[in-house]
Amino acid sequence: MKIMTCPVNGPRAISEFVYGGELRNTPDPNTVDDVPWSDYVFNRDSTPGVKLEWWCHTPSGVWFIAERDTATDTIQRTFLFQAGQPS
Amino acid sequence: MSRLPAVQGELIDRSAPVEFTFEGNRFRGYRGDTITSALIGSGVRILGRSFKYHRVRGVLSAGGHDVNAMMQVHCAGRSIPNMRADIVQVEEGWDIAAVNTRGGLVRDRLAFLNRLAPFLPVGFYYKAFHSRRWFPRWERMFRSLTGLGEVDLTASALSTPKRYDFCDVLVVGGGPSGLAAALAAANEGAAVLLVDENIALGGSGLYARGGVAGLADRTVGLIAEVRGHPRIRVLTNTFAAGYYADHWVAAVAPECLVKIRARSVIVAQGAYEQPAVFRGNDLPGVMLASAAQRLIYRYAVCDGRRVAVLTANVQGYAAALDAMAHGIEVAAVLDLRPHPGVVSQPLADKVAGQGIPIHFGVRPIEAIATRSGELGELEFESTAGGASRRVEVEGVWMSVGFAPASALLHQANARMRYERAVEQFVPFALPAGIHACGKVNGVYSFEARLADGRHAGQRSAAALGFSGEGAHRRDLESECPTHPYPIFPHPGGKEFVDFDEDVQIKDLVNACQEGFDSSELLKRFSTVGMGPSQGKHSNMNSLRILAEVRGESIDTLGTTTARPMFHPVPLAHLAGRRFSPERRTALDATHARLGAVWMSAGNWRRPEYYEVAGKSRDNTIADEVRAVRSGVGIIDVGTLGKVEIRGPDAAEFLERIYTARFAKLGVGMTRYGILLDETGIVVDDGVIARLGPECFYFTTTTGNSTTLFREFGRLASWWGLRVGLVNLTGHYAAFNLAGPLARAVLRPHTDIDLAEQAFPYLAVRQGMIADAPCRMMRVGFVGELGYEIHLPASQAADVWRALLAHDSRIRVAPFGVEAQRMLRLEKGHIIVGQDTDGVTNALELNMAWALKMDKPFFVGQRSLRILEKMPRRQTLIGFTLPPSPAGQSARRPKECHLVLDGDQIAGRVTSVGWSPTLERCIGLALVTPRVASGTHLCIRTDGGANITAAVAQTPFYDPRSERQRQPDPT
Repeated sequence: MKIMTCPVNGPRAISEFVYGGELRNTPDPNTVDDVPWSDYVFNRDSTPGVKLEWWCHTPSGVWFIAERDTATDTIQRTFLFQAGQPS
Repeated sequence: MSRLPAVQGELIDRSAPVEFTFEGNRFRGYRGDTITSALIGSGVRILGRSFKYHRVRGVLSAGGHDVNAMMQVHCAGRSIPNMRADIVQVEEGWDIAAVNTRGGLVRDRLAFLNRLAPFLPVGFYYKAFHSRRWFPRWERMFRSLTGLGEVDLTASALSTPKRYDFCDVLVVGGGPSGLAAALAAANEGAAVLLVDENIALGGSGLYARGGVAGLADRTVGLIAEVRGHPRIRVLTNTFAAGYYADHWVAAVAPECLVKIRARSVIVAQGAYEQPAVFRGNDLPGVMLASAAQRLIYRYAVCDGRRVAVLTANVQGYAAALDAMAHGIEVAAVLDLRPHPGVVSQPLADKVAGQGIPIHFGVRPIEAIATRSGELGELEFESTAGGASRRVEVEGVWMSVGFAPASALLHQANARMRYERAVEQFVPFALPAGIHACGKVNGVYSFEARLADGRHAGQRSAAALGFSGEGAHRRDLESECPTHPYPIFPHPGGKEFVDFDEDVQIKDLVNACQEGFDSSELLKRFSTVGMGPSQGKHSNMNSLRILAEVRGESIDTLGTTTARPMFHPVPLAHLAGRRFSPERRTALDATHARLGAVWMSAGNWRRPEYYEVAGKSRDNTIADEVRAVRSGVGIIDVGTLGKVEIRGPDAAEFLERIYTARFAKLGVGMTRYGILLDETGIVVDDGVIARLGPECFYFTTTTGNSTTLFREFGRLASWWGLRVGLVNLTGHYAAFNLAGPLARAVLRPHTDIDLAEQAFPYLAVRQGMIADAPCRMMRVGFVGELGYEIHLPASQAADVWRALLAHDSRIRVAPFGVEAQRMLRLEKGHIIVGQDTDGVTNALELNMAWALKMDKPFFVGQRSLRILEKMPRRQTLIGFTLPPSPAGQSARRPKECHLVLDGDQIAGRVTSVGWSPTLERCIGLALVTPRVASGTHLCIRTDGGANITAAVAQTPFYDPRSERQRQPDPT
């Protein structure tokens, strides 16, 4: 079973985590056109590669970001999300 | 008898005889004997029948892969199928029979299939038995002809535990290289776990002894060192069956599965000796040289007193010396190579020195059976030409090469390449924390294996931060242990590549000619490698044949990956106990005493209604509804998700997640909110109460509470809002006291002022109820004066009891989920997930009052703006049927019945029921705008009859919602 390192609780079995989707920038709803907004809402980039993803350590409820290579399923680093940081 | 005099290190206890029956005859072995060794020791050579042609078969590997010697064992009232005779230790009183025979092993009536073999070419089944009409008949016939053991369907369930283990370094395989690796890693300070599939450690260091002086003694010394090492633990009789992510290995022990979490894994699983492919290579008595050596050194038995050794490596000469050392006559050594290699030469000299003829540059033609069906002669010829010759033998030992036991390495994503120097695949790029040593690494001589193991142990420890150096050195073999093409076609066929499935050379050649000429296709079409041994003895040879047919190198063809688990595992080891937790509210026992009939809601169990003796379900529910409308009822709503949010940004957070406004919501007031996803789809709804300027308490629906609370945490983190969220779902109990008399019942028990002006509709108050602190909300879900009371779970049962026992003149009627559904339907209140589905957006609910589109932002708002501009796809409407008596009727709509517009589907009924208050059927339906704008709708009911319902305004009951605002009568 895979191991993931929670930034707060340390390395734990992957069964303790849930995936929360890719970390994405939300377009400004007040200025974005309908088409790019629809694209943001309905489409996801499934190209394999290094992604920033939301993960939650469920027993403790800690949400964090994992940098994961989805081609090789290797978790490169995990860190707590800081508002305003580049994603 | 074929039992040898005592052999040093034998695993049997000659002082403890074991009696058993095989195929109806009594036999005797010793404690420690396998079924195979006990039978061989008693002179029985035929151990089973082959899967397809029902040919007689004997020993092949004696190492856990003898698929043609599988047994049905009756013992202690159980019947266990598919016991592997070559590794299962026989016990007193066992009644054993070979699997897959009809009428017994010797007189198997299905043996005629062997004569039909010429008419059953590869792919025959696919071509002959595909017609739809006849297929069921063929299927029945083949199911009865084929198959292995029989499952005892009367057997009682076994409970198999799982175990967990942890270590720094896991060494898989306890042969010489594994022992050396374990010692090296442990000596550097690592905690080592060593697993080996055999009863005892040592591997080939104990059974392939010939020609190397002191080899067994040194192996015994290594074992003693390992056993005595404080940092090494050993699991024998346990095979590592699968590698999973991050050094997690599933190990199969006799009684249970062991899940091993290691920091580093050293694969020292060795190699499977491979058979030569020639006509008659499946006759009992023809076996791998390592099988013969295992039988000698582990069990002191031999299968055949006069043998020929067919070899292409030093191991064959070693086996010949082992034979001679135990009084087994070696009739000849047949070396496929024109000359012995440099390592073989001294051993060949020893063999020749004892007068044994050695023939170089030969090829086998056929193993020939005597008239009684036993092996009698081996025919061979010189590759240089000349007449063929025959040698009279009782056994043929094949020592022509090896295939690495590399399944775990493949599963760990190691990259392998074919190395001509050793004619096998070896790993060349290993992932972090994965190491290989010994034969699986292409290292064969004893000293080299010890060195290779030592290096692997040191490397693994060093990588984990222990002392030691991380050198990578592999000693190259000076003589190739494996023949590049030990395959010898015969015009008469019966040269078996795969003993599990009776696949012959021509089957593979024909499959290639038919176009199935990649390793995966070849496997599926010919079934090579698909039997219980999963190609451990056939994949490599079939790959060699494929490469030959295609004229390509083995490296370009590549090999297939054996998926975990690569060796058969009893299903009982994998089965687990069912674990679906059921949540019970704090009032569960109270409901049970009141006669609750249970239903499940999410993970919870809730009372559907409270049973009354002599009254039907429908009437009981109707009476519960009437009690709420006319008097007072109480329902447990503790399954609601309950969340408290605090912080300077609490109101802002709620503004963003719900469609309603909260910034200016007064302290002490509540508000209904709908929660959407980013596409505008309705996800949840709830009541949000403001307890203070920076503190709110709110509820979510039962089924969504866990995932929503989690999502709230993500959003709070993403948005960087200064809020704290606490999930109080289990901490708090909740019930709703509703009905015209609710206030009267409640008043004596609480210090909260219940007067209408002091505690109006939609307000929230905190205070005491009985002895419990509580939060009380004026709600209108069921459409009557109602108080939703939230209080600590531990005190809920006492308070509930106090309210029910309060006053003998007022009956407080407990009501269940069904009555609540009708009560809210009469009010036209939606249930998210029932009246909405995964594509219902907020605009379709006709609840524009709840959507504050002029707010700066809420989740889903931007998508609703787009949807607003588009034509509506569907809309939620109410409908009624003409007045009717209570009770079921076939002509009554049900949930999910279709709404028709002409002959087109125009929607579906989402909620429907017979209203005791209105004495007619009422319901909600999601329909097209065209239907919604009409006055009637057509519903297709069970059986295909259409009924007409009238489109109706909601709420159906108390349309001006005066009852839930009921002023205080006193």
